[in-house]
This record gives sequence, C-alpha cells and structure tokens, in this order.
Amino acid sequence: MDEYKSGSNLEKILRAGHFAFTGECGPPKGANVEHLKEKFAHLKGMVDAVNITDNQTAVVRMSSLAASHLLVHEGMEPNFQMVCRDRNRLAITSDILGAHALGIRNMLCLSGDHQSFGNHTQAKNVHDIDSMQLIRLVTNMRDKGRFMNDEEIDVPPRLFVGAACNPFADPFEYRVYRLANKITAGADFIQTQCIFNMEKFRTFMHQAVDMGLTEKCYILAGVTPMKNLGMANFMAKFVPGMDIPDALKKRLKGVEKAKQAEEGIRFALEQIEEFKQMEGVAGVHLMAIEWEHKVPEIAERAGVLPRPTV
Amino acid sequence: MRLSYPPEIKVIQVPCTGRVDIIHLLNALENGADGVYVAGCLEGECHYRTGNLKAKKRVGYVKKVLAEIGMDPGRVEMFNLSSAQGKRFAEIADEITARIIELGQSPVNKREKAKAAV
Amino acid sequence: MIVADRKSLEEILAMVREKRKILIVGCRGCVTVCNVGGEKEVEILAASINLARKTSDQPIEIDTVTIERQCDNEYVALLKEGIGTYDAVVSLACGVGPQFLSEAYPNQLFFPGVNTTFFGGAVSHGIWEERCQGCGTCIIHNFDGLCPIARCAKSLLHGPCGGSSDGLCEVSKETLCIWDMIVKKKMEQGRLTDLLKVIEAKDWSSARDGGPRRSIREELIP
Repeated sequence: MDEYKSGSNLEKILRAGHFAFTGECGPPKGANVEHLKEKFAHLKGMVDAVNITDNQTAVVRMSSLAASHLLVHEGMEPNFQMVCRDRNRLAITSDILGAHALGIRNMLCLSGDHQSFGNHTQAKNVHDIDSMQLIRLVTNMRDKGRFMNDEEIDVPPRLFVGAACNPFADPFEYRVYRLANKITAGADFIQTQCIFNMEKFRTFMHQAVDMGLTEKCYILAGVTPMKNLGMANFMAKFVPGMDIPDALKKRLKGVEKAKQAEEGIRFALEQIEEFKQMEGVAGVHLMAIEWEHKVPEIAERAGVLPRPTV
Repeated sequence: MRLSYPPEIKVIQVPCTGRVDIIHLLNALENGADGVYVAGCLEGECHYRTGNLKAKKRVGYVKKVLAEIGMDPGRVEMFNLSSAQGKRFAEIADEITARIIELGQSPVNKREKAKAAV
Repeated sequence: MIVADRKSLEEILAMVREKRKILIVGCRGCVTVCNVGGEKEVEILAASINLARKTSDQPIEIDTVTIERQCDNEYVALLKEGIGTYDAVVSLACGVGPQFLSEAYPNQLFFPGVNTTFFGGAVSHGIWEERCQGCGTCIIHNFDGLCPIARCAKSLLHGPCGGSSDGLCEVSKETLCIWDMIVKKKMEQGRLTDLLKVIEAKDWSSARDGGPRRSIREELIP
C-alpha cells in the first residue's frame, strides 16, 4: 500500500474501507473557548473527524484555523474548512502552512456563501481563486512541494483534501461533471451538501458510479437531522441550494410538535441506513447544526459506534 | 352642455400628454404653481400609443422629487379621461382644486409672500 | 458604456447646502446615453434643487452646461470662462468627469452628482445591466461570450456554485446565474468538454489589483 497523503485518521479510515462518519462544529460567535470545548466533547469518540466551519453563511465567528487547533488539543481530529470568500492566495497559502504546523491534517475547500447572506453585508469579497483552484493549490503544495507561483516549499504541508458538492443545485445534469472536475483538481474526498431529496441523490450517485468517480474519490453523504418543521421551512427558504421535498415537510407536520425532533432523527437514521448500502457512498457527514449533543445518540442508533481505529 | 370649472386652473394644451416632460412639471412648480395635474387620454386609448403612460411615469418621478424635498406629492397628479367626458373633466378640476386648497399655498409662494409682507 | 445612477436629491442638497451659486455640468457621453447626466437630466436636477431651495427660503443661483465629454481635456478646457465664480460645481458625469474637472481647475470645488456603477448596456428601455469588470485580460471567448468575472457574484472560473437555483444566483432572485447560462450554452452546443478542466488561477495584476492602470499608444503621442 502506497504512502498516506496526510496520514489523518479520516484518510486511514477511508483507505481501510470503513464506512466513515464525520461530524461538524461551528466555532462560537466570540472567543468562548469553554463553550466550544463543550461542543467538542459531545463529538469525541463519535466521529472520525470534525468539520470546523469557516464563517459559515458569511456570519463572522472564531477563525476555523484556531478552532481546528483547539480541537487538535482535545485529542480529536479536525477537518479544517476554508472558503475563498475571505482570503486571497497569500492568506490561503499561509493558513495552509499554519494548519499543517498546528497538527491539522484534513482540509475542506469551499467557495463560501456570498457575504450578502451574513452579518457583514458591506464587506468586500475576495474570490482571488475559486474552490476548484483551491483544491489544485493545496494538492500541488502537498504533492509537488510547490507554491502557486511554482517556488519550492521548505517542508510541504500534508493535508487530506476534501471538497464540497451540492447535487441539488442547478443545472442538475451538470453537477456530476463539476464533481468530476473537483476530483481532477485533486480532491481526495467529497462531502455533499445536506441531502433531503433521496431520489435525486440516488440518480446523482448512479451517474457518479457510472463515470467511475467513486473509484477515484471517497464520497461522504451529507445528513442533517431536522429539529422541527420550522427548521425545514427556514432552510428551504434561506439556505442557498437546499432541496427539501414536500414529503419530508409533510412527515414532520404529521407528528405533534414535541415529537418533530424525533421524527427528524428517524428520517436521518433511515438515510444513514440507505447510505451504508448505497454503491459509491464511502461514509456519512453528519451536520447536526447547533445540535452537537444529539450526535452521540444519533451515532449510537445509526449503529456506527464504536468508531474503528486504524 | 355648459359646464364650469374653477377659475384658478390654467389649462395648457399639448397634442398628447406624452409631450409633457418632468422638467415642465418642475418648472411650473418652481414658478409658483400650487399644483399641477396632467389630464391624459384613457389608458390604452392613446392616439400615439403610449403617450399617457409615459406621462404617468413622469408624474410619478416628480412626486418622488417632491417627497424628497418635503413638498406634498399630492401637488402633482395624473388623470385619465376621454375627450368626450366633459363632465368628468369638470369633476377632476373640482377635485384637484379642492385638494390644493386643502394643501394650501405652495411653499414657494408662502416664502415669497412672507418676504413681501416684511 | 459606463453606467451611473443619480445620487439622491437629499445627498446632493446636502453637498450644496451652504452654497449660493452653483454650476451643474452634464456630459454628452455615456451618462447621456444612460439618461443620468445629459442635458435633460442637468435641467431636471437644476429645477429640483431650485425648487427645494425656494421652498426652504434659501434661494440659490444655478447655471447649467453640458459638454461633449468630461473625460477629455479638450472639452473640459471650454469651461474656463466663469468656472472660478461658483461656490460649487456639480458634475453629472461618471467618476472620471469630476476628476478631470478638478485636475483642470484646482481652485474650484467639485461634487459628483452621480454614483458610477458599472460597464454595461441597456437590456431593455430603462434597464441597464453589468457586463464587464475591466479586469484587463479578457477571457469571454472561453465562456461563449459570457463573462463569469463580471457576472458571477463570486467571479468563479468553475461554476456554478452550490447556490445556483432555477437559473438564478443565490445573491438575489433578480440576478441570473451566469454559470447556469454558460453551462447550458455549452451543453446545447455540444462543447461541455471545454469546461471539464481546471483553469489556472487568474492573473489579477492587469486588473485594479495591479494598481491604477494606464494605456499608452505610442503612435498617437505627438
């Protein structure tokens, strides 16, 4: 077996053929380290790596790099998210080097939600490079030991590089090609946007398998448990690129309000069961938004515990 | 049919209300008119197709200007009626005159009068 | 052309608040074509300011003039007569105009009467849209004549992003997703493979990022 790309836990789990289970945690809107550590504690031992979001929905938060480092300190593994909205190629490159230096071994490359969604709508956006070029930049740093300007790097950073994919954005027919392009750019793994429309996702995965993409890259299916009907409506309306079928809303509506959370979790568990069997799906990325304390229960009921060690 | 309308109204004839521009309405107000209204053909019945619709938009623009400078936008108005509706013409004249009397003198005149009084 | 929007009357009135004699200068270039700073708009602004000042009992004297192009010193020079006699001059040209005027007449106070917005054109009467960002290195031929730099909210070279929905941009339901258009056009024309590659990062040094730009054409320099 050839050498690991970064040797991260996530890479080892995927390489060993285990069904990966990753989580997510948003840094605080402040410097509240204690609160962040509490959120981390819920995820410890439950997931293979924790995505640390980077000013998600363009709302300013503690830096994803710093929060990722705090996670390393807790003996856990971060998946450091980086968006192209807030950094130019200099900042991106130096943060990648810094991430490696701080013991971070996974990174997820994203374009970033437009700043008009967030709480600093008057900000200037950067977008010096896009997510595709970010994947290329970081994998070239790792594999060729070269900066974007082709200068040599003294000790290249080693990161297991991920990318996002939203199978539910338009045009649908093009989505699988864009995924293919991210893999060409160098993505080692993919985490999809939250999946609610299972039928559309099945079609998408068929295409990906047919094109041989799942041979080249690990695809983790994105799962977000709905807390209630209100959350479903909110996401459908305000989160870009969300496809929330009426059937799911109807299902949540069908139970009394106090039981909607349980119904949301049940739907997520059914999804995870199907993903375990679905051809080409290498794992699940669980985005329990501001619901980290529910992760142990979900992981337990999904039958993904204990997490394997490689 | 002999109809009368208030003597305060000065009628300026144009071939089509499409000829009435923003600047004409503003000039009238600058020169002390207490109000200006444009009486165009019924919508959809402009002899020049869209003259009255254009006039309506221009009246809308001037209303915005008035609002911005603190004058009542009601001092300008657009009405639509056909040339056969003489009675309606008189009604509109009464209506707009009543409105302007209610709004009082244009602030342009008020200031000038006040000065003259001093 | 360069497209601009008139500043609000409130803002312009605030600029000339203490002034008793002003000149409004229009331009017969782009701002005339986009109906914001030509002869007609100059007169409308003058009348609006005059009306506002009359109603607040602070009369103002306003002169108006519209020149061929404010971005051309040859025409700017024609304003020489009288320009020093105003408390302020409001330019209704794009951002270039008041700068050429300021440079030509350093002792005169100038105010911009419009906000310069973008390079674009009228897609229908009364509606203008951005088409170019002046990045200094045109690449639209790679995207079938559609510019992702100017027309994608994130200037993506590999779109559409995950926020594209029903052909619209995540930023606003009024904004078309240019990447949706690019992809559909490529698909229709059987040239999708054009997009299946990783395009090198853009060299922004030819754009504003490289500092203020200059064009020199030797053959024209006397």
